[in-house]
Amino acid sequence: MLAGDNGPAVQVAMRIVVKMAGLFGAASLLPVSRAHIDSGIYEGQSGLDFVEMLLAKGARVAVPTSMNVVSLDLERWQENSRVPLSFATPARRLAQAYLKMGAKPTFTCAPYQLKEVTPRFGEQVAWAESNAVAFVNSVVGARTNKYGDFFDICLALTGRVPAYGLHLAENRRGQILLRLKDVPLALLRQDAFYQVLGYLVGRLAGTAIPVIEGLPTFITEDQLKAFSAAAASSGTVALFHIAGVTPEAPDLATAFGGNPPGEVIDITMDMLRRARQELSVNPDGHDRPDVIALGSPHFSLAECLELAGLVEDRRVAPGLEFFVATNRVVYQALAARGLLAKLTAFGANVTQDTCVVVSPLIAPGAQLLMTNSAKYAYYAPGKLNMPVVFGTLAECVDSAVSGRLVRDDTLWN
Amino acid sequence: MELSLKMLIEGEAAGPLVFTGQPLSFWGGYDSHSGEVIDRRHPLSGQNLAGKVLVLPGCRGSSSGSGVLLEAIRNRTAPAAIITLEADHILCLAALLAQELYARSIPIAVASAAFFEWAARHDGTTLVLKPDGALY
Repeated sequence: MLAGDNGPAVQVAMRIVVKMAGLFGAASLLPVSRAHIDSGIYEGQSGLDFVEMLLAKGARVAVPTSMNVVSLDLERWQENSRVPLSFATPARRLAQAYLKMGAKPTFTCAPYQLKEVTPRFGEQVAWAESNAVAFVNSVVGARTNKYGDFFDICLALTGRVPAYGLHLAENRRGQILLRLKDVPLALLRQDAFYQVLGYLVGRLAGTAIPVIEGLPTFITEDQLKAFSAAAASSGTVALFHIAGVTPEAPDLATAFGGNPPGEVIDITMDMLRRARQELSVNPDGHDRPDVIALGSPHFSLAECLELAGLVEDRRVAPGLEFFVATNRVVYQALAARGLLAKLTAFGANVTQDTCVVVSPLIAPGAQLLMTNSAKYAYYAPGKLNMPVVFGTLAECVDSAVSGRLVRDDTLWN
Repeated sequence: MELSLKMLIEGEAAGPLVFTGQPLSFWGGYDSHSGEVIDRRHPLSGQNLAGKVLVLPGCRGSSSGSGVLLEAIRNRTAPAAIITLEADHILCLAALLAQELYARSIPIAVASAAFFEWAARHDGTTLVLKPDGALY
């Protein structure tokens, strides 16, 4: 491949893969069975330059390849006047370049909720997107490092990864133990709890692989998704273990590979309350949210059904915008079940392929964002330059209807 | 204080040292048009890092970080050099891609904990970094 036997695009990609392997001390390369590509988010001309250079050299993916979100709803971007043509044109060109290379039009940041692209336990893959990496490593038990933009496409074109880091069994053991203390059962059933816990674990873990003890076995896939996304946003977590829940942690001893934990931290209700407060950044004390954003990572069908149950005979307050981000499969399922019409009648703007952080969907001058996503809450102040309030799904819906912040602290006290 | 760093991406750079003990996610944390840190929870929030020698533990958060640093190198709003405590592949990749695409880049180096302690006390000092890792 380095010599150009597989064409000039693979040659460039392999040159980068080999250089990176050298930088990280990998002695060899490993074959992978799948890739997930995050580089379809339009961040500027340089990304397009790189991909079109590869395409011009005849690039084709070597393994089944799924796509992360892109910078616009590819089918309905024209319905939103806030997506200017000057942005839509290069953003669409970027997405189309990947499809021309043979990537699948999945366009989701929760690819592990699509059966046909989710690997099996132990499979070596090349995935990008921090939340997807954390989930696929930890919950699925497939093996990948957190790959950066444009390296992901190099891996997909070559079907090879440097043999280092989380691809190797010996680097996947737990390193620090985080023990939950005195968390009431009612809180352990709350989706919002896993958002807050993930944010806190990301902060506490540093670069270590955390093992969490004290979580219930009834934790749902969507709660594990929320936890993964929050921990990968506030920290560098690419792999975690939950004792008795995730596949490489049937018990504590297995999770640590028989070694004692390097550090033990008890997570108290005080720490959780503080973490919950940190997820809101609202220094001027705005109390009228004008944007509600759900779906980071993309809302599953189960989450959409829960939302649909909360919006019956209700209507979003005038002047307030309500965004729900999801993937194409869920979008079509909602349409088929008549739920899309129900959500739209409520006043929700359901988008596929993208989300409010990577696509210019929010009105300029909006004052306050409310979300049930720790990942949105984490990135909103910087990426959207907006104050943000974190709440549960029910609190987001109640706030949308009343036009004022509604939050209930009962479970946290 | 050691005066030689391990170079991951070779190059030459000079600029005032900016130190932070907290990892930074370039995606969502760095404005590639201006060079400003826009992560409002980060201690460097509001500082412009264009042309600075940035010393930090590493990246955190989104793997979209390489795209943002690549764009900053293209726009000439990137730090002059980045020195991390642990090899950071998000940053190295951006520097490597810039070489392939634009035939210019920024040096990326790894330093010891001892250098970090020194750097924490010398914020603002002008540093000159040579391709062999020598530091003045």
